Amino acid sequence: MKHLLAALCLLHAMAATAAISAYTFDAPEQEVRFNKLSQELRCLVCQNQNIADSNAGLAVDLRRQLHEMILAGKSDAEIVDFMTERYGDFVLYRPPLRASTLMLWLGPFILLAVSAGALAWFIRRRVSITNEAPLSEQELRRLAELTRGQGDKS
Amino acid sequence: MKLRFILPLALFAALIVLFAVGLQLNPREVPSPLINKPAPEFDLPQVADAEQRMTRDVLTQHKISLFNVWASWCVACRQEHPFLMELANSKVIPIYGLNYKDEREDAVDWLRRFGNPYQQSAFDHDGRVGIDWGVYGVPETFIVDASGTIRHKVIGPLTPQVWREKVEPIVRQLQEAP
Repeated sequence: MKHLLAALCLLHAMAATAAISAYTFDAPEQEVRFNKLSQELRCLVCQNQNIADSNAGLAVDLRRQLHEMILAGKSDAEIVDFMTERYGDFVLYRPPLRASTLMLWLGPFILLAVSAGALAWFIRRRVSITNEAPLSEQELRRLAELTRGQGDKS
Repeated sequence: MKLRFILPLALFAALIVLFAVGLQLNPREVPSPLINKPAPEFDLPQVADAEQRMTRDVLTQHKISLFNVWASWCVACRQEHPFLMELANSKVIPIYGLNYKDEREDAVDWLRRFGNPYQQSAFDHDGRVGIDWGVYGVPETFIVDASGTIRHKVIGPLTPQVWREKVEPIVRQLQEAP
């Protein structure tokens, strides 16, 4: 049983290292670009992972593609164009600002403005409630009468 | 005073509408930027015979043809396969295949066992042509016209329903055009 467990653990470790294919680069600067780009490109199979994290077949292929293009001296813009020509803006985790992505970019700010407005309105209303006219002299006297003796009890 | 009740209710209703619309959408269906663009070039060996090549040009020999991305490891391909056979037998439209990231023996075996609806299938072992065509989930089916333009793309199995609703109108329109 112990041996089996150990074997399973080993197997698991092997699977984990298999995910990180060793790519070699001519310059450290290329590796930095590879890491940056592979984190910004989305894997279309497992849509909430980038191609650096995903182990799907397509992500592996796209990493290979990325590696080849970097070695071939392509610029970041050329690589991004290559990907969007094939997979659309969806492949980018930072989509460009366009009519179709306007809500994506402005939505949070609109939501913030609306909620800030609602909060301001709410606070102002509360202030106006608490700012009611102060008690008249007669009311004050009545209040004193009603609460008299209560302090003694405690 | 009324506003106090109406406003949250209206907000809630708006949220419900938003969710209802959102739930109808299929996030797996990423619109392809290749629609109405020229089909990407390729030159691959055929599945049946490694000596023979298949290029993009076979797709432009017809007024309209289907280019179906398939693999023997793909479960949904099995699901759509009987309908592809039906389409091929009825000779409505020529079907070409792109065998995606598969092993040749598996692919040949698959066609032998279940039937071959394809005029030809290209053997894209490492998936590079797949990348050029923006393939991300097999099965996928492209509709290509005689000028080599991609007119439509079906993501997922080509079922009789998808055929009737999405594909057939386009095919009819192009076949009837002079």
